[in-house]
Amino acid sequence: MDAFTTHTGTAAPLRRSAVDTDQIIPAEYLKRITRTGFEDGLFVAWRTNEPDFVLNQPQYADATVLVAGPDFGTGSSREHACWALLDGGFRVVISSRFADIFKNNSTKSGLLTVVLPQADVEALWQAVEADPATPVTVDLQSRTVTYGDTTVPFEVDEYTRWRLLEGLDDVGLTERHLADVEAFEAQRPSWLPRALPALPA
Amino acid sequence: MPKTLAEKVYDAHVVRSAAGEPDLLYIDLHLVHEVTSPQAFDGLRAAGRRVRRPELTMATEDHNVPTLDVLKPIADPVSRAQVEALRHNAAEFGIRLAPMGDRDQGIVHVIGPQLGLTQPGTTIVCGDSHTSTHGAFGALAFGIGTSEVEHVLATQTLPQYRPKQMAVTVEGELPEGVSSKDVILAVIARIGTNGAAGHVIEYRGSAIEALSMEARMTICNMSIEAGARAGVIAPDETTFAYLQGRPHAPQGTDWDAAVEYWRTLRTDEGAVFDSEVVLDAAELAPFVTWGTNPGQGLPLTERVPDPAELADDNERRAAEQALAYMGLTPGTPLREIEVDTVFLGSCTNGRIEDLRTAAELLRGKRIDPDTRMLVVPGSIGVKLQAEAEGLDRVFTEAGAEWRGAGCSMCLGMNPDQLKPGERSASTSNRNFQGRQGKGGRTHLVSPSVAAATALTGRLTAPADLAETAGV
Repeated sequence: MDAFTTHTGTAAPLRRSAVDTDQIIPAEYLKRITRTGFEDGLFVAWRTNEPDFVLNQPQYADATVLVAGPDFGTGSSREHACWALLDGGFRVVISSRFADIFKNNSTKSGLLTVVLPQADVEALWQAVEADPATPVTVDLQSRTVTYGDTTVPFEVDEYTRWRLLEGLDDVGLTERHLADVEAFEAQRPSWLPRALPALPA
Repeated sequence: MPKTLAEKVYDAHVVRSAAGEPDLLYIDLHLVHEVTSPQAFDGLRAAGRRVRRPELTMATEDHNVPTLDVLKPIADPVSRAQVEALRHNAAEFGIRLAPMGDRDQGIVHVIGPQLGLTQPGTTIVCGDSHTSTHGAFGALAFGIGTSEVEHVLATQTLPQYRPKQMAVTVEGELPEGVSSKDVILAVIARIGTNGAAGHVIEYRGSAIEALSMEARMTICNMSIEAGARAGVIAPDETTFAYLQGRPHAPQGTDWDAAVEYWRTLRTDEGAVFDSEVVLDAAELAPFVTWGTNPGQGLPLTERVPDPAELADDNERRAAEQALAYMGLTPGTPLREIEVDTVFLGSCTNGRIEDLRTAAELLRGKRIDPDTRMLVVPGSIGVKLQAEAEGLDRVFTEAGAEWRGAGCSMCLGMNPDQLKPGERSASTSNRNFQGRQGKGGRTHLVSPSVAAATALTGRLTAPADLAETAGV
């Protein structure tokens, strides 16, 4: 996972709520067994069927910050949704509320999800609609979103922030606690399920 | 301190807890399918890691699986390559796989309970959001992404933050013709498609206790459609009776020890929930969705809502976008909406009881000639059971198509898809835009509403059939 410290780019206003992961990337693109190259599936139905969809507008085509309505990323657990956004050039998604699994996946794949109150999202929408070239800076060090004269703080838990700043992968961190895992395993009841073929009674 | 059921299961699996860090949670069972695992196995290979506990890991093929010609190679080369990747990975890493054609194959959330792998008090994960299904047994079960799949394969643990607790209490008796699908659709309509974010929902109350295991699974399955991390129901005699004798259930003295422990898995008197929703079972009715997320639902007796009556800007815009996509006009009675396809199946409603319920309504009748009905059992086990009971003939004699087992038209990763503009009544879990095929329009319903709809060609409750027949 790439480390995230600070990012400056232009922002696309996605005025839709409850954007589900089937819209971010439809299931047919999930047949691939690679971890990259999902940009062609990103919002593909809306890009195909709606000429005025925000990402079809040239002034937002190079945006790297997506500013979405509430409840972004509901539905399927597909991490491909994060990969598609990253492959499509986005480094940050801002919303007033995310679905849990999407938010969790984002922290594993290096996509920064920033929660701001809906009033701040609305103000940011208006700013980037008034001037699509507005640079937006998302700084994970100082936990702020800045555009024009406006700076808005955001919250992120210290552990996730540290992992993202360092670009650390969880497996390596957990392996430091292998002794704890082994101690736990030693006291598990013997009757817990095992997936090996069942023996005849 | 009094604890909720979910807190008890969570606390019993904490391997390590440290201030300022997520807890490390032990995972008892990891279910794997072909779609969300190939990149995780690649990650293991790249790092030279093995699967830490292959015997706590079970794989099957479900999402891409065709429901016709199931013994031939998959025609779609991309789907075939993904299924073959799983076969290769399962063999290389020593994981049990139930492939197409195997009698244990099926939708991952159908086979876990069927085999007795899903047990009370366990932690269960899968790279699939409907893992919440297994909470019906009092397991803490939740969907994860591919990075987390890799983490569980490598360490048999997951870093987790303690979830909040929500109670959904349903007291009383469900009216005739109202099923657990209607209960969960009503819950989601009440709290919204992400209204339970950050929470585990515990379903409780006399109406929940009266449900069969399969009906409970339907409710827990759709916890994710309310945004919940997981859904749980306290295990009871119904749970134990369902589990006893299944291939992977404990046996002999192990069974006694397990049941003794399982009986402790109840929310303590005085335990605190962060929020509670209360429903009166007697007031529930057959439900149907009109929009493009599972929270946009109403009783079937209602009309398509008017977005102009919604005060909140975001909700109004969402309703307008949903109706435009669904091709619906405000004020239209829901019972006048005509459908092209009825889909009976999925991890929500593809179990034997669901098939029995639908077959009972179709027995000796013919479905509407302009309506296509697909019946897709959730697993080979369900398929064989249904055929032993003669349900397959009830469906085919009614004019429905009897198919092989898999996820099928729930998400259209196989050839079972809606065409653009086609409308379905579907017993699955998601009515998202394009979910069942590009441009397809989905109305979520229960199995009995699905069967009644197939008979008339428009959204219909079973009680409506009796009225039209003059009974």
